[in-house]
Amino acid sequence: MITTADQIFVLAKHAALSLLHGAPFWVVETASCLINLCAVLAVFLTLFALISVLERKILARIQNRYGPNRVGPCGLFQPVADGIKMLTKEDIVPRDADKVIHFLAPVAMVAPAILALGVIPYGRNMTPFSIDGGVLFFFAVGSATELAVFMAGWSSNNKYSMLGAMRAIAQMVSYELPLILTVLPVVMITGSLSPDRIVDAQAGYLLGAIPHWFVLTPWGAAAFLLFFTASLVESNRTPFDLPEGESELVAGHMTEYSGFKYATFFMAEYFGMFAVSGLAVTLFLGGWRAPMAFLTFIPSWIWFFLKLATLLFTFIWIRGTLPRVRIDQVMRLAWIFMLPMAFACIIAAAVWHYYQRGAIGWMAALLIVGAVYAGLSQILETRRKLSVRTYRFAE
Amino acid sequence: MNPGIPFILIAALTLSGALAAAILPNLVHAALSLVLAFVGLAAFYFLLGAEFIGLVQVIVYIGAVAVLIVFTILLTRPAVAQRGDLNWGGVLVAIAVMSGLLWALARTALPANATAAAPMTVMRVGQTLMGDYVWPLQTVGIVLTAALIGAVVLVMEEDR
Repeated sequence: MITTADQIFVLAKHAALSLLHGAPFWVVETASCLINLCAVLAVFLTLFALISVLERKILARIQNRYGPNRVGPCGLFQPVADGIKMLTKEDIVPRDADKVIHFLAPVAMVAPAILALGVIPYGRNMTPFSIDGGVLFFFAVGSATELAVFMAGWSSNNKYSMLGAMRAIAQMVSYELPLILTVLPVVMITGSLSPDRIVDAQAGYLLGAIPHWFVLTPWGAAAFLLFFTASLVESNRTPFDLPEGESELVAGHMTEYSGFKYATFFMAEYFGMFAVSGLAVTLFLGGWRAPMAFLTFIPSWIWFFLKLATLLFTFIWIRGTLPRVRIDQVMRLAWIFMLPMAFACIIAAAVWHYYQRGAIGWMAALLIVGAVYAGLSQILETRRKLSVRTYRFAE
Repeated sequence: MNPGIPFILIAALTLSGALAAAILPNLVHAALSLVLAFVGLAAFYFLLGAEFIGLVQVIVYIGAVAVLIVFTILLTRPAVAQRGDLNWGGVLVAIAVMSGLLWALARTALPANATAAAPMTVMRVGQTLMGDYVWPLQTVGIVLTAALIGAVVLVMEEDR
């Protein structure tokens, strides 16, 4: 349902651009890009401030504490205090650090995250940067963060930084594979790499109540869970926050950073989390589409941000619940469980498609995913008895 | 023919990245400059309207090859004494490669006015890969699988 409330931001942008009426094409084009960019930055910087305090509140609630409650009503102005603190802190650069790369690393970290936020459709006609290969673009810019982590670790000239960076890169490279492979079934079914088309493919309702979201198909549900797990790893969140691992590695590649540069890493991590959750919403949860036919009167962007908030809450919830896993467990999970499951999702999606996407296809896809899951859990002996771990290198 | 401001900017970025990669004494700096040149190349593909190849260039070269280069530099021994003078063997190889490429470029008949590339769809990519280029694709697949198995065998422990 296209109403004014639904299109309010699009209309506002058009109104702003109409002030430039008569200007050369490139001026209008540049202004349009700048408006989109400012909107994305404004929304996500606000969300970053909000989530940083909400995360502490929620974690505190899980741990039976109050959490920040001194600054402003209910501690809501905590991010302002944090921001002032971070900005006024002394910026310490190690004497033997590679100054230029040490400076560039936080920039190289946050830039891809912001770029990745650009291709996500936030509502009807509300994609800031709409290109045909949007999903590919997302992963292309995302792959640059590994290099930024390396830059941070290497330039600090500190063994903890380097170790942390190595762990982070190993983990990110391993999980890039399941992350991309779980996107593949969606791309296969829609036949498009454009996030807008992927959202369009999930339009419509069965009996007016069940949306055609991919998460409601067996292959989609499995792919969504795999994607979500892989995105936890990619954004270095608990239980996969080994790169940071503050109790083992000090703070990984961020050890030698302080003040605002450290805050930039922190921001990049959260922006990455927003971006990957936004992509999950787009790919599997129907993007900005309402869950039921009669709810379409609520503007599309509200639906998107509600779904995004749900995913972000799950991120925080998992952080408050699960302990950190070991690095060998992380790598094992990626290569021997998630990879075969991702392939199973692709096959199940193909079977579902060739059974005309009907009830038989649904059951067949469920059968394939279930059979592969059961088979893998037999082969991998997940229920094997716990025993004392033998160390090969540290006696 | 007017190359346009974007072309000049991207060309300057690519060339300075490539030049820095060739002359910087520190290998890690050189590798990171090479990444800059890769970004420039990807931007050229975008400028030419070849969106898909540009994005794949970023994924493969920045996401994989650059990380591989950096790891290789860190995990191998540092170069024997870093001399200040030029590596003449390298210069000769570079000149040979460049003259070969220039020769090929001069012999290629470039179309006077190129037609705009059709919009990229997954279907076209898939049909091209699985239709016209299915044998090259399968051959590359076998070569890569062999390389992968080789790598695993190399790092596999003897007694387990």
